[in-house]
Amino acid sequence: MGSVAFDLEQTPVREINHFIHKDANAGDKIAITNAGGAHSIACGCDKELEILIDGHAGYYAGGMNKDADITISGSAGTGVGENMMSGKIHVKGFASNGAGASAHGGLLVINGDAGLRCGISLKGGDIVVGGSVGSFSGFMAQAGRMVICGNAADALGDSLYEAIIYLRGEVKSLGADAQFEPMTDDDYAAVAELLSKAGEDFAKYSPKEFKRIASSKSLYHWNADANQEY
Amino acid sequence: MAEHKSISKEESYSFDRSAIDYIRNAAAHGLYEIRGMGAKRKLPTFDDLVFLGASNSRYPLEGYREKCSTKTVLGTRFAKKPIELEIPITIAGMSFGSLSANVKEALGRAATEVGTSTTTGDGGMTPEERLSSKTLVYQCLPSRYGFNPDDLRKADAIEVVIGQGAKPGGGGMLLGQKVSPRVAGMRTLPEGIDQRSACRHPDWTGPDDLAIKITELREITDWEKPIYVKVGATRTFNDVKLAVHSGADVVVVDGMQGGTAATQTCFIEHIGIPTLAAVKQAVAALEDLDMKGKVQLIVSGGIRTGADVAKALAMGADAVSIGQGVLIALGCNGETYYQNGAHHDASADYAALGTCAGFCHHCHTGKCPVGITTQDEVLEQRLTPEVGAKHLKNYLKTLNMELTTIARACGKQNVHHLEREDLVALTIEAAAMAGLPLAGTNWIPGL
Repeated sequence: MGSVAFDLEQTPVREINHFIHKDANAGDKIAITNAGGAHSIACGCDKELEILIDGHAGYYAGGMNKDADITISGSAGTGVGENMMSGKIHVKGFASNGAGASAHGGLLVINGDAGLRCGISLKGGDIVVGGSVGSFSGFMAQAGRMVICGNAADALGDSLYEAIIYLRGEVKSLGADAQFEPMTDDDYAAVAELLSKAGEDFAKYSPKEFKRIASSKSLYHWNADANQEY
Repeated sequence: MAEHKSISKEESYSFDRSAIDYIRNAAAHGLYEIRGMGAKRKLPTFDDLVFLGASNSRYPLEGYREKCSTKTVLGTRFAKKPIELEIPITIAGMSFGSLSANVKEALGRAATEVGTSTTTGDGGMTPEERLSSKTLVYQCLPSRYGFNPDDLRKADAIEVVIGQGAKPGGGGMLLGQKVSPRVAGMRTLPEGIDQRSACRHPDWTGPDDLAIKITELREITDWEKPIYVKVGATRTFNDVKLAVHSGADVVVVDGMQGGTAATQTCFIEHIGIPTLAAVKQAVAALEDLDMKGKVQLIVSGGIRTGADVAKALAMGADAVSIGQGVLIALGCNGETYYQNGAHHDASADYAALGTCAGFCHHCHTGKCPVGITTQDEVLEQRLTPEVGAKHLKNYLKTLNMELTTIARACGKQNVHHLEREDLVALTIEAAAMAGLPLAGTNWIPGL
């Protein structure tokens, strides 16, 4: 296990990512300073690394992450943690559009708000958002869980499959096929688990404050009489 | 004098039997028709072009002796490891799910034997496909079903799919009867649902975002693999230019004759432009950017013969991609299937679908009478990888022989030396779409 530091003002992203893919060993700690909104920082990680990105990250930070634990001290651009398979990404600031898009596994934590389409196409990953989420969040989410501590904009959970959304605040509108459902003991346990994993910033919330949103499954099959908006 | 028709038996041009059948079906079911394959309407095609073979003004090559190279290199712009193929004829992206695992393996085996590539599809990469196909292109689709970094690294090239010719602007579709336990598992979906894929990518919108997305894919794969961008043919001139601006190594343009496993008929027949028109626009875009030869162009959609391949190359494509022709080589729309050493009549199975061999487009049902577009455990045994690969290899070899025959006749030692000057059009429509002179004239309509 070793510690390596990179300054993005001195070393290009390509070189840092190459190091992460080819030279780093499991257990290594990697500090990346002066992120400066660069795109694709620490994407394609495939081992247990601890990566600290100091500053704001551009698009696709931690994209397709496997096993790495990535912290971004600032905010993250579009597609942070997209297609993540495992590991954890923690954004201390805000996240732009498509946060956690199509994530198959792992945990994405965003302390602030997330933009449009947070958790779109989610495939088994977990997302915890401290603030609010933009429109079409959870769109076509297939599996996994989203915990939203703030509010949600329009069309939350549109065309959901098996993913579950837990919302603490208010929703402007639910999307097609999404519905509120009663919280079960398993749901309370799930929210508690995710809040705990998200860290101490989330300890102030109680699972009892959250509502469950899931698919009514009326779009699972073609049905002309269901008056679906195909 | 025109043939006399009794007014009492005169068929309406607007409301002919086909239109009446359509309206009755819509009224009965309240749903649009969904089907497989590509556009069936009559369109200007490569058949409307002919080559000007060598004569007094050009020297031909000896058809059976002199070498004519078919080697094709794709992805030379940025990738450290471009794709090197023996022939310029590739296998189009078709998913495991729409096709059986046996078929995917057959495609890989045949492609490997003749030295070309296959392409995954919606739903991800199967181990059978990776093992059988020496050169495998991995699609990154809007749905991202089964998309993962391990398979990304195993791929030889990556194809970002923006659209396909059968349904530009539409997402994929896989009806419940084909969402088997294995397919559902790969796509993270409940078994048996009518799957409708997204039409837009989840993490980018527009060409500026796409440029950043492509860079991310390059970063994850350490800039080794060529990145293709595939578009369905519509505003092809602009779409190709934007794909190049976004950083594509290769642009794939799929015309409206391109096939699908399941799409609304109104999409298949009424959205998109013919391949012939798309090739001209795509080449014009590359030339406009001075990127011809730097970014390679693959053309697909209705390619059937070696002559089609030769014409696409002469118009400026670097390679073609074939889907439906490949499936027909495997036995699609055949009257029989070959199993346990004997041919078996498939007519009863076609009849059960309300069709017969030669007309079938029922890929969406999963009840393919010849075992190609199915996930049914019984039906899929009707095509083994060995038999399928043998037929497909023969087909690809035939196309390549036809291609080189034409190239030699035009005096070319390399099929990539075929050029627009070698072609003329037989109809005004084809001349206008392809930007080629009408045969016997110097007239290019529209210029």
